[in-house]
Order: sequence, then C-alpha cells, then structure tokens
Amino acid sequence: MVRRQRERSGFRFQPNDARLILAHMVVAFLALFLGAIAGLLQGLVRGGVVDLLPVTYYQLLTAHGVLMALVFTTFFIIGFLYSGLARTCGGLLSDFARRLGWIGFWLMTAGTVVATALILANEATVLYSFYAPLKASPFFYLGLTLVVVGSWIGAWAMFTQYRRWKKEHSGKLSPLMAFMAVTIMGLWLIATLGVAVEVLFQLIPWSFGWVEKINIALSRTLFWYFGHPLVYFWLLPAYMVWYVNIPGIIGGKIFSDALARLAFVLFLLLSTPVGFHHQLMEPGISPEWKFFQVILTFAVVVPSLMTAFSILATFENAGRARGGTGLFGWIRKLPWGDVRFVAPFVGMVLFIPAGAGGIVNASHQLNQVVHNTLWVTGHFHLTVATTVLLTFFGVSYWLIPALTGRRLTPGINRLGLIQTAIWSAGMLVMSGSMHAAGLLGAPRRTAFTVYGGHETALGWLSYQQAMAIGGALLFVGVLLMLWIVLRLAFFAPRAEGGVDYPVGEVAEGAEPTPRILERWPVWITVAFALILIAYTGPIMHMIQHAPPGSPPFQPY
Amino acid sequence: MHLHRYERIWLWIGGGTLLLFLTVIGVQAFAMGGHPPGGMDTVDPEKVTREAPFDQPTLTQVGPKEYKAVMVARMFSFQPHRLEIPAGSTVHFEVTSPDVVHGMQIAGTNVNMMVIPGHVNRASHTFNRPGEYLLLCNEYCGAGHQAMGTRIVVK
Repeated sequence: MVRRQRERSGFRFQPNDARLILAHMVVAFLALFLGAIAGLLQGLVRGGVVDLLPVTYYQLLTAHGVLMALVFTTFFIIGFLYSGLARTCGGLLSDFARRLGWIGFWLMTAGTVVATALILANEATVLYSFYAPLKASPFFYLGLTLVVVGSWIGAWAMFTQYRRWKKEHSGKLSPLMAFMAVTIMGLWLIATLGVAVEVLFQLIPWSFGWVEKINIALSRTLFWYFGHPLVYFWLLPAYMVWYVNIPGIIGGKIFSDALARLAFVLFLLLSTPVGFHHQLMEPGISPEWKFFQVILTFAVVVPSLMTAFSILATFENAGRARGGTGLFGWIRKLPWGDVRFVAPFVGMVLFIPAGAGGIVNASHQLNQVVHNTLWVTGHFHLTVATTVLLTFFGVSYWLIPALTGRRLTPGINRLGLIQTAIWSAGMLVMSGSMHAAGLLGAPRRTAFTVYGGHETALGWLSYQQAMAIGGALLFVGVLLMLWIVLRLAFFAPRAEGGVDYPVGEVAEGAEPTPRILERWPVWITVAFALILIAYTGPIMHMIQHAPPGSPPFQPY
Repeated sequence: MHLHRYERIWLWIGGGTLLLFLTVIGVQAFAMGGHPPGGMDTVDPEKVTREAPFDQPTLTQVGPKEYKAVMVARMFSFQPHRLEIPAGSTVHFEVTSPDVVHGMQIAGTNVNMMVIPGHVNRASHTFNRPGEYLLLCNEYCGAGHQAMGTRIVVK
C-alpha cells in the first residue's frame, strides 16, 4: 500500500542510490563532451576546413572512439541499469549492491583516466580497436582492463540485486526491466571474455616485451568475438527503453511480456557467435566458417522484427486508447510534444535504414563493396550515434530529474525537441554523405588526402565537406544537450513529491510468460554451445597453423 | 508460446525474406565461386622481404590477358608501385605485409581485402574500363596511412 502511494506521486531514489547513478552520468557526459570535441575536429579536418598533422588526426580518432563507444556508453548504461533495478526491484539498491557499484565505478573511472591520458600523450594511437601489431603503451591496455573489470563488478552488483528480489518473491516472475538488465549484463560478461583473453594473454605481455611476438589472426578474432556483441550491449538498453519505459510515457501497455523476454534471450544467444562477419575480407579463416557466421548474424533479424512489431503494436494500442480511429488515426494521438517520447521515436525511425545497412555489411559478398569505407562509419553513426544516443538522451530527460528531484519544465522540454531536431539533421547530413562517399570508395580511418590529386579521390571531397557541416551541427547538438543536462541536474525547479520514472505495465490480455525464459543456466549453456560451435574449429586452426608471430610496431 | 496472428504473419514474411537472402548469398558463394577474398597460406612476416615470391613484388603475365600481381603492402606504400595492363585483363592479386595490418582496395572495383602480416590474401578482378584506378590502403597503419596509395593504369 505504501509502495502504491509512492508510485502514484512519482518515484524518489534513495539519496545513496541517486549519488551512485549520478556519478556514472557525470563521467558519461564528460566523456561525451571530450569525444565531441575530437569528433568536431575530425569532421573539420576531413572536410578540408582545418589542417592538422595526420598524427594528431589519428590521435583524435582514437580518443573519439574510446570516449564515445567505450566510456560514454558503458558508464551511461551501467548507471541507467542500476536505476532500473532500484526502481523495479524493491525501490532501492541493497547496501551490498551499492558498495559493489562504487567499487566498479572507481575502477572504471581510474582506468578511463589512465587510458585517456595515454591517448593524449600520443602513447596509444592505435584506434579504438587497437589492432596488433600496432603497439600502444602497456598502461593503455591496463587502463582499459580496469574499465572492463570495473564493469564486471557492476554486473555482479546487478546480479545480487536481482537474486535478492527473486529470493524474496519466490515463484514470481521477475520485473521485466530487471530481467532485461540481467540479460544485458550477462551478454556483456560473455562478450568481454574474448577481449579480456586478448588483452591479458596477448597484448599486455607482448607490449611489456615479456614475449616477443603475437598471433595477429587470433588477436583479431578475439577482438571481434567481443566487438559485435558490444554493439548489442549498446542497442539492448535502447530496446529496453522502447519495450518498458516508452509505454509508461505514452500511457500504453506492454504488448507482450513473453515476447519481450524471448527477444532478449535470442539476442543473448545470437550476438556472440558472429564475429567473423567483421573479418569477411581477411585471410586465415575458411569461407565456410565465414558463411556459417553470416547465417547466425542474419538470424538476429528475427528478434529485431519481433521488437519492431511489439513496439508499433504498443504505439497503436496507446493511440487507439486515446481515441485514435481508422488505419492511421492513432498516430496523431501519440504525445508528439513530449521529448521523452519524441527523441527515442526519431531514433527508432532512423533504425530502419540503419538496420538495412547492417544487413549489407554482414553479407558474405556485399561487404566487399563497403568494407573499411566511410559507408561503415556512416552505418554506425546511424545506429549507435543516432538510434542509441537519441534514446539515451530521451532517458536523460526523465532519469536526471528523478535523480535530483527536479522537474522537466515545458521550457526544457522545448529545448529538448530542438536538440532532437538538430541531432537528427546533423546525423542525416553526416551519415548520409558518409554512406554515399563510402559507396564511391572513400576509405574510413584516414586523415585528409587526395592521393596526389587522383580524380577519384577529388570526387569524394564534396561529400567530405558535407560531413564537416553535419559534424558541426552535431557539436552544437552536444553543447545543447550538456546545457539541458546541467539545467536538469542543478537549476530546474524542485519537483513536489517524486518524479515520474516511467515503467509500463503489461497489457491485460497478454499471454502468460513461459517460465523457461527465466532459467538462466539453460540459456547460458546454449549460448556457450553456439560459441563453441562457431569458434572452436577456426581458432584451433589459427593456433595450429599459425605463421611466425609479429613483433610490435609503433608507427605514430 | 502464443503469437498474435498478425505478428505470426509478420515473422513468416521476415523469416522467408531472410531465407531467400541467405540462399542467394550461399548460391553465389558456393555454386558460382563468389567468395570474399581470403586464403589459408602463411608466411613469416619478418622474412617477406628476403624470400620468394615477395622479395621481388612484380606483375607477370600468366596467359592471354591474364596477369598475376605479387604485391607487398608496407608502411606506407605498395610494391610494385605502378601497374600497367591492357584493358580487358584479369589480374590475380596476391598480397602480404611485412609489418602491420593494411587494407588493399581499388576504388570503383570489388577488390577490397585485409592484408594481415603472416598471411597471404588473394583476389581477382577483370579491368574492362580503361583509365587510372586508385589503389589505396583502407586500414589505419600509422602516421603515413593517408599517403599509402598508388595507381593502376589500364590502357
């Protein structure tokens, strides 16, 4: 009864929990700011507007990738998942979970500081994917190790919170948001095993000089074993928002709890054994194994289509419940003035071309046309930097007020809508021209060049200028977002009672959820079985038929 | 588990499209030989510059309108530096690296592959249209990466 009253007047985090989550948000948005400066400069260099030394360009590229793709996402996601667990599993984190959370936070922060410092000192210009035999300072790898180990402790914190709730409510189905948080961190644990093995057993001993040589093919395979599930680690929290929180915002019901859980389980199973689709153009892996992993990659389309259906069904039901009629009349009844809905919605719409581009990238032969061109850069700026980021911005509009007990005022809401428009426009211009330039052959990860005035390269220039314009717009968008976050954290008027932390309820008519979806040992076993099937053969081959290894190179 | 009727239809269409795509890819790869570039041969990256065939990277004619290009991609150039072939020629590229990972892409064609030290990568292409093709490195390989490009002249 007490709980229900609190829900009605909104939700208030325990001050201790709010501090932990806010700490994650502070590092996340700081990384976003630094990463955005690097991104702006890169755009201007590539557009021929600003002239920097190539070394500096690659340094900025490394900083942009690490700060955006690893630091911002990991801190934001872990902080956000804590909030979801606190909200749905008992209203607060257990003391034990919170203590683990802080240990994880400080480890991740220390690692981030070390890694960023070494990038700025030009001791780690090996890009975010640190391809051996490019060698960084060993302390760069150690810094990133701390980030990953810290995130593991964070995962453990979430698992204890979830387990405690399950024990206290024996026989009951766990809250959907908690189930999804556990799936996401489970996927993260399984995926990071690959990069952990690469860093601990290959890169660190080799960069310290304890061993002379490194097996390149193996290191790349271990990296991409992690590198693809990593993108699902970014995407699934966005899906969680769409499944669970958006229905709460638009006053709709979750279409089906069972389907939502099934989709997440399928992502857990299918995200890891597919890394070869990043290595389709490489020697040392037989075409049969490449094709096998392409099949598994394509299978991810199934849970994606399920998600698209469920979410649109939720929208339609919500629109009809508000009086929308006819085939499309319900669309007008959705809350188009509410930035908490609009920002993620734009992200969803842009995910349609983004996902189609992903199918192209993963295709056995089509990849040949776009591999390592700007098309790929355009692809992940449309997926991660648009769909995922707009959803995370959408989260910020209610999460930060809920943490600080302040209100999302109509004024800030309007600024948020402007931010969404700037961000979408910037991404459409930048990502659109990246896709086009990539199809014409322009390479990614390359400083400004016209290859001695070759006419093909000169033909890419106008697209690169458009990229610079889009990048500048995006920088304005980041500044506006940071201003909004600061307003929400410190200056917005205090909220009376709690703040709305939207969590949707499951529709009344939905089918009951099969219990097997929550039997973790089953799914983890299946996940590892698939990984063993997809990787054992090729990895054995890479070890048994390895060429003599490579010594380190530091050409920057 | 129960699925809504519309959702079932939706998933059947989606799943069917998926199978169709995979069949197209599979037939193209296994029945028509359209595999992406690759190769299972290995070399010692530290001996690339001393041992045949990569000690003397060169273009040789192996048949009527058919050439073999043994190439080395290194920081920050390609060898041989310049290739000249008549229009309509098919070139079989064979490439490795003595140092870091490179990419080898010929803009405007489907020649696009990773050059991994210790491994030999292969791809073939028929150059029908005359002109100067741009061959470039598309994997970051260090401070001079943007300078790593050359021309293939098709006459």
